[in-house]
Amino acid sequence: MARMISLDPRVMRMNIDADAAPELEPKSELDQFQTYEVFHQAKSGAHHVHVGVVHAPNAELALLMAKEQYGRRGQTVNMWVVNTRDIVAMETADADVFATTPEKTYRDVGAYMVRNKVEAYKKQQKEG
Amino acid sequence: MNASACRDLIFRLSDDELIIAHRHSEWTGLGPLLEEDIAFSSIAQDKLGHAQALYTILHEHFGEADPDTLAFMRAEPYMKCCHFVELPNGEYDFSLMRHFLFDAAEYVRWTALTQSSFEPLAKLAMKIRGELKYHLYHAQTWVKQLGAQGSEESHARMQTALREAWPYALGMFEASDHDAALVSDGVFIGEEQAHNDWLAFVRNTMDQATLILPEDAEPVYGGRKGYHTDHLQPLLTEMTEVYRIDPSAEW
Repeated sequence: MARMISLDPRVMRMNIDADAAPELEPKSELDQFQTYEVFHQAKSGAHHVHVGVVHAPNAELALLMAKEQYGRRGQTVNMWVVNTRDIVAMETADADVFATTPEKTYRDVGAYMVRNKVEAYKKQQKEG
Repeated sequence: MNASACRDLIFRLSDDELIIAHRHSEWTGLGPLLEEDIAFSSIAQDKLGHAQALYTILHEHFGEADPDTLAFMRAEPYMKCCHFVELPNGEYDFSLMRHFLFDAAEYVRWTALTQSSFEPLAKLAMKIRGELKYHLYHAQTWVKQLGAQGSEESHARMQTALREAWPYALGMFEASDHDAALVSDGVFIGEEQAHNDWLAFVRNTMDQATLILPEDAEPVYGGRKGYHTDHLQPLLTEMTEVYRIDPSAEW
């Protein structure tokens, strides 16, 4: 038997036979756990912001995993998990309902008439 | 305060943390699923951080060497860890069961230490209580999940792991000659009290996990007095390999 050589001492300890390649068993499709969407709250009172997903068999374990996946850096005060199946989403094909929205600049804050008044006030303050 | 009793307590606590941290870290990259691999590795890092904080107390208050020297340069007979943390990881069932039994003990010990008359320990206990809460929650959730909500195989595996771990888990509470002094000084509740509190907590979780506590197990002692299993020296050799090549190296 030729021993598998590795820089990883854990692999060396396993005494793996390098000649005997193990039979690869194809995994069945969708054999993973379901997914949960993770929402992260950085400060008390702030919005919970969607940050990604975790795989887990149930909500309790999803929260357990979310804590380390998305809460191990920076500041966190709270997290939510929601089963991905419980997310209600629009059809991708319906994106055309938004097609003309970018043209409706009168809905942008920048298009409000008050902008002119603010500019005038600023100018007046500078000159005054 | 009896300084040598306190010093001995901190060595017992810190060496347990150091060795369990190394064992847990051996799962990094090999965990059963990505999320769990990351969570377990984070817990290993936390344990190492606790060891470092305790070695720092020994360095600053008891005239011991610096934390790196204490962690990497002591010969095996000077280590005060219990046999339980030395055991190889085995399969994930055993690692999880050890993680639970160990962290339940940690939680009991460190909750008591928040009231310690030795201020550096009390302060550290307050600082890390949140980390320990998560560690215990992580371990407990898995034990309950695999014991009561998993499959017949997962239940059987957890029951076997509990039976194998039990004598060593009891060995965490090896009586110390210093216990009386620690208790009368108000530094620590002592091993007997810690054991009783731990047992009540563990029994409750095992009931929820539908796992049965072994009845007639003999505790495995010796670690606190410097007698160790054959597993510790290879671990120390591997853990200290880089440090021994060049103690001044930074990485």
